[in-house]
Amino acid sequence: MSKGTIVSVSGPLVTASGMETANIQDICRVGELGLIGEIIEMRGDVASIQVYEETSMVGPGETVETTGEALSVELAPGMISQMFDGIQRPLDEFMEKTQSNYLERGMTIAPLNRDKKWEFVPSVEVGTDLTEGDIVGTVQETNVIEHRIMVPYGVKGKLKSIETGSFTVTDTIYVLETETGDKEFTMMQKWPVRQGRPIAEKLNPVEPLITGQRVIDTLFPVAKGGAAAVPGPFGAGKTVVQHQIAKWADVDLVVYVGCGERGNEMTDVINEFPELIDPNTGESIMARTVLIANTSNMPVAAREASIYTGITIAEYFRDMGYSVAIMADSTSRWAEALREMSGRLEEMPGDEGYPAYLGSRIAEYYERAGKVISLGSTGREGSITAIGAVSPPGGDTSEPVTQNTLRVAKVFWGLDSSLAQRRHFPSINWLNSYSLYSNDMNSFVGEKLDVDWSGMVTHTKSLLQDESELQEIVRLVGVESLSEKDRLKLVTARMVREDYLQQNAFDDVDTYTSRNKQYEMLNTILKYQQEAEKAMGLGAYYDEIIKGTEDVRERIGRMKFVPEEELSRIKEINAQIEKDMKVVLEKGGVESDA
Amino acid sequence: MLKEYKTVSEIVGPLMTVQGVEGVKFDELVDIELQTGERRRGQVLEINGDKAVVQLFEGSSGINLDETKVRFLGKPLSLDVSEDMIGRTFDGMGRVNDGGPDLIPEKSLDINGQAINPIAREYPDEFIQTGISTIDHLNTLVRGQKLPVFSGSGLPHKELAAQIARQASVTNKDEKFAVVFAAIGITFEEAEFFMNDFKETGAIDRSVLFINLANDPAIERIATPRMALTAAEYLAFEKDMHVLVIMTDMTNYAEALREISAARREVPGRRGYPGYLYTNLATLYERAGRLEGTKGSVTQIPILTMPEDDITHPIPDLTGYITEGQIILSRELYNQGYQPPIDVLPSLSRLKDKGTGEGKTREDHAPTMNQMFSAYAQGKEAKELSAVLGEAALSDSDKKYVEFTNKFEKEYVNQGNYTDRSIEETLDLGWDLLRVLPRPELKRIKDDMLDKYMPKGE
Ligand SMILES: Nc1ncnc2c1ncn2[C@@H]1O[C@H](COP(=O)(O)OP(=O)(O)OP(=O)(O)O)[C@@H](O)[C@H]1O
Ligand SMILES: [Mg+2]
Repeated sequence: MSKGTIVSVSGPLVTASGMETANIQDICRVGELGLIGEIIEMRGDVASIQVYEETSMVGPGETVETTGEALSVELAPGMISQMFDGIQRPLDEFMEKTQSNYLERGMTIAPLNRDKKWEFVPSVEVGTDLTEGDIVGTVQETNVIEHRIMVPYGVKGKLKSIETGSFTVTDTIYVLETETGDKEFTMMQKWPVRQGRPIAEKLNPVEPLITGQRVIDTLFPVAKGGAAAVPGPFGAGKTVVQHQIAKWADVDLVVYVGCGERGNEMTDVINEFPELIDPNTGESIMARTVLIANTSNMPVAAREASIYTGITIAEYFRDMGYSVAIMADSTSRWAEALREMSGRLEEMPGDEGYPAYLGSRIAEYYERAGKVISLGSTGREGSITAIGAVSPPGGDTSEPVTQNTLRVAKVFWGLDSSLAQRRHFPSINWLNSYSLYSNDMNSFVGEKLDVDWSGMVTHTKSLLQDESELQEIVRLVGVESLSEKDRLKLVTARMVREDYLQQNAFDDVDTYTSRNKQYEMLNTILKYQQEAEKAMGLGAYYDEIIKGTEDVRERIGRMKFVPEEELSRIKEINAQIEKDMKVVLEKGGVESDA
Repeated sequence: MLKEYKTVSEIVGPLMTVQGVEGVKFDELVDIELQTGERRRGQVLEINGDKAVVQLFEGSSGINLDETKVRFLGKPLSLDVSEDMIGRTFDGMGRVNDGGPDLIPEKSLDINGQAINPIAREYPDEFIQTGISTIDHLNTLVRGQKLPVFSGSGLPHKELAAQIARQASVTNKDEKFAVVFAAIGITFEEAEFFMNDFKETGAIDRSVLFINLANDPAIERIATPRMALTAAEYLAFEKDMHVLVIMTDMTNYAEALREISAARREVPGRRGYPGYLYTNLATLYERAGRLEGTKGSVTQIPILTMPEDDITHPIPDLTGYITEGQIILSRELYNQGYQPPIDVLPSLSRLKDKGTGEGKTREDHAPTMNQMFSAYAQGKEAKELSAVLGEAALSDSDKKYVEFTNKFEKEYVNQGNYTDRSIEETLDLGWDLLRVLPRPELKRIKDDMLDKYMPKGE
C-alpha cells in the first residue's frame, strides 16, 4: 500500500505523485472524501487515477492511498435480486446508510451483506481430495437458484473439516489441508473484474436461447453461449428487447447491466420483475436476476467498470453449471466512457475520437461469453449469452462501436426507426438482420418439435424478401400490374409481418410466445398461403379468395392473443382455412355455372 | 480572509489560467475583480499543481493580466433558494433581476445537484392532461417525465410549450403546482411571449423565471439550466410541489459547451461538439423524476431547435437517447396551417404504458392509440402512393385509410392552441375517426372492446 499526493484534477481524472510503489489497476481512496478510484496509468512516480465518484471540490495536496487490490467483485450468496452500482455497491443499503435519495460521495459499503446467514449444506465428505472449481456444498439462495460453493481458483488440498448449518459469507465453512498447510475458507471468493475467470474448455454453442419473442426465435435465433448485438437509433426498442429477453429467456440466471442509460428504466425493472412469473420455473423472475445500474448521470468511470462487474458475476454463475444471459444497455455508453478517459489522458485518438484499443476491448468483452466446461474434477457445462445494445449516433451503424461489435457478435438484430415509427415492434428489420446460428438452431428446434421448422423458416424469409421486391414494383407502377399469385403473396407477407412478427411487449398474452405456439401460428399463416394458392390453381380469383376469407383472416390476426393454454383454438383456425377455401371454390363454381 | 491572486497568466476565449495558486479545488467557484471594479464569476475546470484553469461565465472581455484580482471561494457554484422564489425573475446566474428585493435564502444549493440513487426513484405513472389530443392520447406525458419538444427554426414550439403550461396546470388545482422557466439564449421577443402568456393566465404567480437572453453572456448558459433545475428540485422535493420545467433553447446550451470545449482544445466529437455531450446533457435531463418519500415531482419539457430540421444532428440525437420520448413538430403540418403541428409518428412517449389505461385514463386508451398510429402510418403511405400513381391506383381499403388520415390531421391534430380537450373527448374523437375504417382492419383492438365502443350495425 502506498500513499501519494494529488497533483491535478480534471473531471474524473486525478493524478497523484509519490506513487512509485503502487500497481497499475490498484484501487485507491482519493482525497479527504475518500473517493474510490483505480490507477489506469503510471509514469515515474505519478499515477493517473480514474475516479468512480464526482471529483467536485477535490484538489492538489490532498492524499491518495492505494488499497493494494485490483477492482474486484465479491462472489457468494446475496447477489441475486440485488441492484448494485458499477463497482458492486448495493444500492438499497447505500440508501439506508446515507439516509438520502442521492448518491453521496465516499461511501464504502460491503458488496455482500455480512450479517445475513445462509443455510449451507455440504456435498463432500471429509477426506476428499479437492481442487479448484470443485463444489463443496450448496446454499438455496432463492427458490430457483441453488448457489454452489466452489473451491477458489489456484487451491488444491484434502478436505479436513466442513460445517453444516447457518453461516454468514465471512464465516469459515471448510478447511483444506494444502501443501502449504491448513487453509480456512468461507463461502465468499473475490475476483478481479478485468480478468476472465478460467475455464477447462470452450465448446461450440448448439442449443437456442428461447426468448419468447417471435421474430428473434423464428428468424434470428441466438444460441446459448452466443453473442448478439442490438443496434438502433433512439426509441427504436433496444431497451424493450433487452428487457423482454431478461424476462422470458429460458436461462437459469440473468445479469442486467444498465450502463449509462435512464434511471427510470432501472426503477421499472425493480418494480416489474418481482411481479412477473418465469414460464419455465413458475417462480418470480426476480429470483434469477442480478442488476447492475450505472445510469447516465452517475460518474462515467464507474460506467466503464460496470460491464466488467456484470460479466464477472455472470462467469461465476456459469462456473456453477448454469446458463446465464447478460444484457448490457448500452455498450455505446461504455465505449464513450472509454473515450472520455482516453481523451483526458491525451492518448492519440483513433476513429471518431475513440481510442485505438476500442476494438480489442469490445472483442475481449464478448469473448467472455460462450459455452464452457468449468474447472473442477467433474467439470460442469455452463454458458454465457451476451446481448449488447449499441446506440449509434444518428442511427448510422457505420460508426466504430457498431462495426467493432459486429466483428465479434454472430447475431445482428438491426432495429429500424421507420418500423418503430409505424409502431411495428419489435422493430427488427427482417431484411438486413442476421443470425449465423440460424441453420443449427432451426434443425435443433425442428427435431424437438418433430416438424420441418427449417423449411418453414426458409419459406417465411423468402416470402418477406419477395414482398420487398414486389412492393418496389407497386410503388412504381401500381398493384394492378401484379399477377394474382403475387398479390396473394403480398397478403400473406403482410400477415407474417403484422400477425406474426409484430409483438406487443405490453400485452399480457402477446408478450411471450412459446415455441409450440410459434409453430402453430406460423404454420397457420403458411397454411393460408398454401390453401389460397391451391384454390387459385383450381380457378378461384384473388378477389373471391380475399372476400371469402375475411373472417378467417381476422381470426389469424388475433392468434397472438390466444393464451398458451388454449392452443387448440389456433388449430381450429387452421382447420377453418381449408373449409373456407372450399366454400370459395364452391361459390365460384356456382357462379361460373350460371 | 480569502487569498487574492493577481497572477492571471493566460486568457484564451472564455478560459483564464491563474498561476501560483494554493489549495484550489476542482469545480470551485471563482470571484474575479476587474481593474474597473466590475465583478465576474468563474468556475475551476482543471487544477494542475499551482495552475488553475477557470471558465469565465461572463466572458473575458476587458480582463487584464496584470491587474485582475482572483479569489477562490471555497465552494462550488450555488443557488440561494427559498419558497419566495415563486413569482420572481432571475438572471441566468440566479441573481434577482426583476428590480424587487433580494431573496432571504432558506439555504444555498450546489447547482450541479447529485445523482439520484436509482433505488430512490418512483416510476412516473401519473397522467398529466395537457388538453392536447396528440399528446394526451398518443404521446402521453406523465408526472416526473422528461419529454422534449424537437422543433425547427420558425416552428411554433413556444405556442405549444405555453399551451402545455397553461392547460396542464388547470387539472392540478388541488395540488401545489409551479412552473420553472429557463430562457437559454433566446430572443427578447420569445421570452416576452412566455412572460405575457404567464401573466395573462396568472401562471406568473406560480412561476420562477431564469432569463439568459441572446445578448447575455454565452457561457452563462452552461449555468442557467442548472439554476432552474436546482430551484425545481428544491420546490419539488422539499416543498412538495409538482414542478413543470420548461427549458428553451437547449441548442444554445450545447453551443456554449462546444465553445468551452474548443477553447480547451479537446478532441472534438461529431460536428465539433465535445465527446462528453451525452453525459453532460444526461446530468441535466436525469434531474427529472419522482422520489420515494416525497410528494412532489419534476417534469421537464426541454425545447430545442434542430439545425436544418435534422434529427440526426448531435443535439436532438443525444437528447433523444436520454429523454423519455420526444414531441416532434412538423414543417409540413405547419405549412398546412395545422396547430399544434405535432407529427405523431416520429414522436414518442416512453412512459405512456404505465400512465394510461383503466383507472388512469380509460381502458380503450392503448388499443385505440396503437390502432390510430398504424392507420395513420398506412394512410400516409397510401397518400404517397396516390401522389405518384394517381388515386385510381389505390385499393378500396387504401382509400379508407387516406380518408382516415385526412380527417385525423384536420380534426384531431389541428385542435388549435386554445382548445383544451379532456381525455374522454379525445378518446371519443378517436373512435369517430376509426369508424371510417372497416372493422376487420381494426386488428389492434380486441373484439369485446370493439363491441363496446363500436357496436355492430353502426
Ligand atoms: N415490443 C414492443 N412492444 C410495444 N412497444 C414497444 C416494443 N418495443 C419498443 N416499444 C416502444 O418503443 C419505445 C422505445 O423503446 P426503447 O425504450 O426500448 O428504445 P431504445 O432503443 O432503448 O431507445 P434509447 O436508445 O433511447 O434507449 C418504448 O417505450 C415502447 O413504447
Ligand atoms: Mg434504451
